[in-house]
Amino acid sequence: MDKDDALFRYVLRLGDNALVLGQRLSELVTQAPELEEELANANFALDYIGQARLFYSYAGELEGGGRSEDDFAFLRDGNKFRNLLLVEQPNGHFGDVTVRQFLFESFYALQLEALTRCSAPRVAEIAVRAVKEIHYHLRHVSQWLVRLGDGTAESHSRVQRSLDDQWRFTGELFAVDEVDEAFEREWNGPRLAELEFRWNDKMDVALQEATLVRPAAQWMDGGGRRGRHTEHFGYLIAEMQFLQRAYPGARW
Amino acid sequence: MADDNWPLYEVFIRSRSGLSHRHAGSVHAADDQMALDHARDVYTRRNEGVSIWVVRSSEIVASDPAESAAFFDPADDKIYRHPTFYEIPDGVENL
Repeated sequence: MDKDDALFRYVLRLGDNALVLGQRLSELVTQAPELEEELANANFALDYIGQARLFYSYAGELEGGGRSEDDFAFLRDGNKFRNLLLVEQPNGHFGDVTVRQFLFESFYALQLEALTRCSAPRVAEIAVRAVKEIHYHLRHVSQWLVRLGDGTAESHSRVQRSLDDQWRFTGELFAVDEVDEAFEREWNGPRLAELEFRWNDKMDVALQEATLVRPAAQWMDGGGRRGRHTEHFGYLIAEMQFLQRAYPGARW
Repeated sequence: MADDNWPLYEVFIRSRSGLSHRHAGSVHAADDQMALDHARDVYTRRNEGVSIWVVRSSEIVASDPAESAAFFDPADDKIYRHPTFYEIPDGVENL
């Protein structure tokens, strides 16, 4: 894989993670348990969609084929998306959302921190902006993890189950493939093995504070970054792309 | 329903360095850190702040409206306490 191809693919993956998670969080708009939490969640969704736009615009420039951010978001088939399986998981209840955000954002913050030091200037610039947003998300969601985990017996058992259910998607965060290798080599990209080491440390500390039990080592799901998604993804894409598919070129 | 609400917090925002915090509104939150998050999300979305204070509304001691005559009227006729006899130097914006 050559240098430019690695950069394009890596940027597209970052865009896909951000867009899909932004779409998931958007589904929660009007559904939050409290007014203030409603605003927080909508802010988070918008942060992700803003990041996706930056990554997609750049991917379009790199590709040089005239594809816009909208083309990447709304006119690509599901099997062309390269997001992690974790970010496409359905929202479920509030504890499920909290755990999904916590697992992913603990990883994403480390990834973005490393990307601020990569040698692809545009990626580093986007990462500098995005990492501030994600640090705030992480602060917010980490507090919720403790409130739920160390809260009532009911909240504890439900959030522990959320953690057990979603743990199998965490292996994919650190599964190195040829794009990661090439991006690390050619662009001073993140070393996933190092991120995994630090992520594990953070997990141990945070889960202990939340009085949650780290799930045992187990079989890990994967394939999102090769375009093999879980069944939930089809529904997400269908809703997200409906308008552009039904009315091509429709504008506000 | 009202009894199920989280406690109320009053929010004070400092809009830029050098000015003092001003009351911006209130939020509900289950604890202090959550109140800070909520205040940030509700009141600083458009770049309004550089610092936030939150305080439980129940911790605020307020003057009694019924006593306002005793509290405030005596100052009405003491015009010499107002700093209106000075020239304000040019360039001082926030006196």
